[in-house]
Amino acid sequence: MLSRRNPQLNANGELIHLLSIEGLPRAVLHQILDTAGTFLSVNDRDVKKVPLLRGKSVFNLFFENSTRTRTTFEIAAKRLSADVINLDINKSSTAKGESLLDTIANLSAMHADMFVVRHSESGAPYLIAQHCAPHVHVVNAGDGRHAHPTQGLLDMYTIRHFKKDFTQLTVAIVGDIVHSRVARSDIHALGILGVPEIRAVGPRTLVPGDLAAMGVRVCHDMAEGIRGADVIIMLRLQNERMSGAMLPSAGEFFKQYGLTPEKLALAKPDCIVMHPGPINRGVEIESSVADGSHSVILPQVTFGIAVRMAVMSTIAGNQA
Amino acid sequence: MTMLQLDAEALYAELRQGVAGLLKKDAALVGIWSGGAWLAERLQRDLRLPGEHGVISSTLHRDDFDQRGLAGGAASTRLPFPIDGCHVVLIDDVLYTGRTIRAALNELFDFGRPASVTLAVLVDRGGRELPIHPAYAAARIALPATQRLSLARADDGRFSFAVKEAA
Repeated sequence: MLSRRNPQLNANGELIHLLSIEGLPRAVLHQILDTAGTFLSVNDRDVKKVPLLRGKSVFNLFFENSTRTRTTFEIAAKRLSADVINLDINKSSTAKGESLLDTIANLSAMHADMFVVRHSESGAPYLIAQHCAPHVHVVNAGDGRHAHPTQGLLDMYTIRHFKKDFTQLTVAIVGDIVHSRVARSDIHALGILGVPEIRAVGPRTLVPGDLAAMGVRVCHDMAEGIRGADVIIMLRLQNERMSGAMLPSAGEFFKQYGLTPEKLALAKPDCIVMHPGPINRGVEIESSVADGSHSVILPQVTFGIAVRMAVMSTIAGNQA
Repeated sequence: MTMLQLDAEALYAELRQGVAGLLKKDAALVGIWSGGAWLAERLQRDLRLPGEHGVISSTLHRDDFDQRGLAGGAASTRLPFPIDGCHVVLIDDVLYTGRTIRAALNELFDFGRPASVTLAVLVDRGGRELPIHPAYAAARIALPATQRLSLARADDGRFSFAVKEAA
């Protein structure tokens, strides 16, 4: 177990790493969302770059493949004027047998200031945060089934942008929740921000039973799950994580839980539809919904860059 | 002038006159967040200038980010007019080292190329660390480096000065 104090916060309660949304104070979340709002407007300037991380080196350590998340982190770091080094670890040292901490020690010797880490093992970013030098900051870009905090924060930014207030909302998270670190981060964030009704919707095999303990209403019936929702977060059916017979077939899943215009009509008329991407058209969401007027999937991507800028500049500005 | 004589409202009246003398065609007021933004807002109204004033935040270009981080959150810059070719009159409450002005200038130039930039402040307290000079200052005072002087705005919009001992 980690130290009793939240390892993401310094003695003053300021964020120095972003490892998980779980246990963060509401004020810290709001501060990041407010800061992201400022960075969003940087895109409208003639010069789309600010010098906050000038002279700093950000290492993108992706032990698990991802193009989109790595790219948005890279753009965010570059808009903050950092030097960005992308390491596709799968293909290099790990394949030669180097341990995770040896890899980190070597990269630290190259004067890294920040690690953005994606790893298939839950907890890997914590291990790195505990063993790196005090001036080095760590951002979890997704670890196993555990957490994907920047996705959680950008989802919260998106909800706040379109709905303004969290405290009256019904949010339905639909699909493969058991494998989803996005779902876990969203549930923690929604709870911290005061959302009164959080629903987890999906088949018994994909919705863990312990969710009720997190204040989540579990719905195995799609109509019940999305009726009256203000926000629907669709999750990707994670084929690459699906081992064993958890589903009869993708077609059967779509029939029951795929988001179609007919099912969407059960939600509030001004409901927004979100998805962390990449979307599987015809598997969890119908094309006409993904491209329709309720969809905010592409704004999510745009907000994601501003939110990652906010996270990186916030932690870089706080001392261990 | 001692602190007791620093009447922010009286100085504001002088600043208003001083800024009126700096305005030319295609001029725009841009206040530095937060005290300067309050001043610019009121000047825009009192001088009956058309359109909206601008607000600029120095946060993203500060040189003390490593020590202070995003202190007070990153306030947003809002410039509701094109900067290119504009004669910008930058407004701030207190001019001290000049570092905030340097950062604000960098921020301003991220939005375009103004025709000129001049600076008007309520109080110049000396202590410059950069070659920055105001075109107009309503008062010049000397303060010990341990003291922090900042403008406050009451609910009714009236200005006053607050002095704090720096931590």
